[in-house]
Amino acid sequence: MNRVLPYPLLTAALLLTWLLLTSFSPGQFLLGAVIAVAASRAMAALQPSKPRLRRWQFIPRLAGIVALDILRSNMAVASIILGGRRRDRVAGFVAIPLDLRDKTGLAVLACIVTSTPGTAWIEYAHDTGVLLIHVLDLVDKDEWIALIKNRYEASLMEIFE
Amino acid sequence: MTANILPWSVTAAQIMLVAAMGCYAYRVVRGPRAQDRVLCLDAMYVSAMLLALTVGIRTGSQVYFEAALILAVLGFVSSVALAKFLMRGEVIE
Amino acid sequence: MTHAMDLPAWAAVLTALLVVLGAGLTLLGAIGTLQFGSFFERVHAPTLGTSWGTGAIVLASIVCFSALGLRPVVHELLIGVFITATTPVTLMLLARAALYRDRTEGDANVPPRSLLRSPGGSLSRDRSSDGPGESPSRDPQTPEVRPMTPI
Repeated sequence: MNRVLPYPLLTAALLLTWLLLTSFSPGQFLLGAVIAVAASRAMAALQPSKPRLRRWQFIPRLAGIVALDILRSNMAVASIILGGRRRDRVAGFVAIPLDLRDKTGLAVLACIVTSTPGTAWIEYAHDTGVLLIHVLDLVDKDEWIALIKNRYEASLMEIFE
Repeated sequence: MTANILPWSVTAAQIMLVAAMGCYAYRVVRGPRAQDRVLCLDAMYVSAMLLALTVGIRTGSQVYFEAALILAVLGFVSSVALAKFLMRGEVIE
Repeated sequence: MTHAMDLPAWAAVLTALLVVLGAGLTLLGAIGTLQFGSFFERVHAPTLGTSWGTGAIVLASIVCFSALGLRPVVHELLIGVFITATTPVTLMLLARAALYRDRTEGDANVPPRSLLRSPGGSLSRDRSSDGPGESPSRDPQTPEVRPMTPI
């Protein structure tokens, strides 16, 4: 199993993409399966680090939280833009010490932080684990640090570590 | 009335998307620095992709979906290449 | 636009709302890039278009074609997944390039790289990784500009 399918999740995702782009028929399933297996075995030559999902049952809850947060942040940024050039809004950088070390978890956190319109991922130091983000409407630095750490990092550590 | 709401709203959406592309194009031309230009070029690609999707809704044809997919892929690759160029292509060290 | 007659009323109204919402968010993001004063503020604006702007129009397309074909059409979700996965890569690279360019020009508005050194034991570990050739008398608190390229 491990020799034939080094990355089962990748193979399944490629097959699903193939079926979505063509059609759900037995012929396309066979062709897509051949291509997906070949592509995932070619991927083994690159030897990417294999993500480990410890507790995948937390993923839907995190996805729901993130979708709602992004919607709320969309509205906040839209109201900032509609409000015109307000002078009292302060944008600034926040440095957040992270405990999350898993590479896949960090990648997902990057997707979350960047997809949220009010925050942008700027830089991450691998040696110290400090993350630098830019916040559009910065009121309280500690509030942002607590938000990222409690809301996202804790769930990601439950899922990946 | 419901038969007319879709054509009107799709037209309105297309006008808004073209206006968005106009704003981004202004930044691409005027943008004070190179990173502003690359950022807005990437956003222009996304807007063009959304425009292709709305054209697909208007005509009821699936061909525009593939055009949108190609726009999304091309936009990503070109923006990454330009961003890498900004990071390494400078000789003002 | 003859096929609009074939759509049931609920699908037409839902598609219309979602399309206008997505396009409106994208336009607001574009106006934001014109309005904000610095690059790091402008980074936030296009994400309006890439998050729920794209999401709403993709949903509108799914609703429209599913109602037209009387079967679920979900391949537009691929665009949504692709945009969600690729936008962070582009924006992160751009932000790092901008930070690098501002630091090499000595812009005081961007945080120095020493901000990423957390207070405490991590400093000594990082100094040892710099190599033994470093001057031992260097104050670890001074903002250091480490060359990021071997130019």
